[in-house]
Amino acid sequence: MSSDDAQQGQAPQSGADQAGAAGEERTVRVVLVDDHRMFRTGVQAEIGVTERTRVEVVGEAADVDQAVTVITATRPEVVLLDVHLPGGGGVEVLRRSATMMADPERPVRFLALSVSDAAEDVIGVIRGGARGYVTKTITGTDLVNAIFRVADGDAVFSPRLAGFVLDAFASTDAPPVDEALDCLTQREREVLRLIARGYAYKEVGKQLFISVKTVESHVSAVLRKLQLSNRSELTRWAAARRLV
Amino acid sequence: MTTAPPRAGTHYAPAPDPEEPPVRKLYRSADGRLLGGVARGLAGHLGLPVSWVRIVFVALFMADGLGAVLYAAFWFFVPLGVGGVEARRPAAGEGRRRRAVRRPDKGQVFALIALLAGASIVASRFQLGQANGYLWPVLLIGAGVALVWRQADNARRAQWLEIGRRKGVLPVLRGAAGVALVGLGVTGIVVLQGSVRHLGSVLQAALAVVVGIALLAGPYLVRIMQDLSEERLMRIRAQERAEVAAHVHDSVLHTLTLIQRSADDPREVARLARAQERELRAWLYKPEGRGKEEDEEPQTVAEAVRKAAAEVEDHHGVPIEVVVVGDCPLDEGLAAQMQAAREAMVNAAKYGGEGGAVQVFAEVEGRTVFVSVRDRGPGFDLDAVPSDRMGVRESIIGRMERNGGTARLRSAPEGGTVVELEMERRESKDGKESGERNEGGGG
Repeated sequence: MSSDDAQQGQAPQSGADQAGAAGEERTVRVVLVDDHRMFRTGVQAEIGVTERTRVEVVGEAADVDQAVTVITATRPEVVLLDVHLPGGGGVEVLRRSATMMADPERPVRFLALSVSDAAEDVIGVIRGGARGYVTKTITGTDLVNAIFRVADGDAVFSPRLAGFVLDAFASTDAPPVDEALDCLTQREREVLRLIARGYAYKEVGKQLFISVKTVESHVSAVLRKLQLSNRSELTRWAAARRLV
Repeated sequence: MTTAPPRAGTHYAPAPDPEEPPVRKLYRSADGRLLGGVARGLAGHLGLPVSWVRIVFVALFMADGLGAVLYAAFWFFVPLGVGGVEARRPAAGEGRRRRAVRRPDKGQVFALIALLAGASIVASRFQLGQANGYLWPVLLIGAGVALVWRQADNARRAQWLEIGRRKGVLPVLRGAAGVALVGLGVTGIVVLQGSVRHLGSVLQAALAVVVGIALLAGPYLVRIMQDLSEERLMRIRAQERAEVAAHVHDSVLHTLTLIQRSADDPREVARLARAQERELRAWLYKPEGRGKEEDEEPQTVAEAVRKAAAEVEDHHGVPIEVVVVGDCPLDEGLAAQMQAAREAMVNAAKYGGEGGAVQVFAEVEGRTVFVSVRDRGPGFDLDAVPSDRMGVRESIIGRMERNGGTARLRSAPEGGTVVELEMERRESKDGKESGERNEGGGG
């Protein structure tokens, strides 16, 4: 924990560490989108108030149309989005919320939350603009952490997702250097590899002797690359595995 | 026959009950038949040798063609069955009858020729006056109809036996020949009644009638075709749904029952739920044709890691999360590495399972295969383990080193244990691959 304390000492003003470094209570407004009412209720119960943070559920939706309406009306900071939804799925919600995601003032950020960890689902919503992907087996604490991280503009990778990304870029190891921009840097790869092995961000930082913020920025960079570039490579990769 | 109600939508008669004799229904035989399978079917039904029945038919045929009329009637009215008596009859004791299934249709061709020859002989016997001028057209019509019916039978049989499904020219030709024969016969009759001079106009009139009928019936026919294809689609959907339902019933409901029964044993419940989840996921998300046979020996690193993890998870009731990056076929060294990894998973599940899920990460990168097994349990000091305990030392470290790999054990930053196994892939496969890679880089 010592390095984490040091980390807090370094950047207290950012207040970006998920627990709220300044010690004051932070609130994140969240909308839950899932077609199972039981699950929404369960999540609500799990992500209540913790010591220094508060997740406030300001809206719920059960299908795509409802989701877009609720998100537009409430403008939450984070949307917990199910991947399989009636009316077109999570990807459709992402598509129709594109302007709200891009809003520089109050961006709405999406965290995908799904039972499926099939590659096509994961890559699909990440491409759609979700800032993270966690499976429904996640614990309440981890989910709250993920929500705060996403609210601060960082990306959240599950080990599984990190594995998918590594796998996707593994096949592009040899090819041309002129696409260097599309490839992951050595550091990003190391970070992903540790995440894929199940290390938490804090532990990754410790292993590589970098701060948690650096880890997060590496992860965000990976996400950015995943979304915007190397599309053809990824498509080929997915097609080769009969995913799309 | 009170047991086993007939399944709707199948061609088959109810399966015969071995205890009580079923009601015997007459079917024509689809296998080893010469013409329409009538004689064979009758023989099977009556329990007589086929040749006897055939002789009776031939004899009756001599009696003013009564045999032919009878045969035609049977052909027309009696449905086709696989075994001659009933469809799906047990094969025991049916060897002789079934033997001819795949034989080419030489016998049938012969029978047809013989039939035509016989018919012409009979016809020449009756060649007496003008009235019998109708005989040839009638014979032609008969032959055409027989051909078309024969073709229909063939199509039906092919449908059952799933043979000859490919669309060939021959069936179409046969059908066309039948239609042509019938047309010729009908025209012949018309010509006889009128005169040859009017042939052109008669043909025109016939054509007009045919076109008219086609115009009238066309829409209905199209409609019927559409309905049929739609119904087929629905049936396929229903089948898929039934398959899902069957699977859910077989595995999920079964597991839920087990969970209810052992509700006060959280470990067992978790184990059951995890196993079921994994199976359902594999069923839902795995591409076709992969990993369907669970019992098969894994051929690649990814399969081996997943299989080992699944087995350890089932056995110890500790969730194991597996992430695999890349894949390659197993060789001797890698197999040893997989065994070491499995041992590490067992240790992690046994001693570190309290801290949460065990995380397994496997990566194939270039020539190196890397596996890490990590738990968040209390951890332990390898040096403090008594020297007579050989588990880790032999099963993991020793095994890896004997096969030319390395194994590292260490404590993770926040407690727990990490076992890291590294192994180089064998040269033989590797040399080829690196050569390919070099070529790719050069070109």
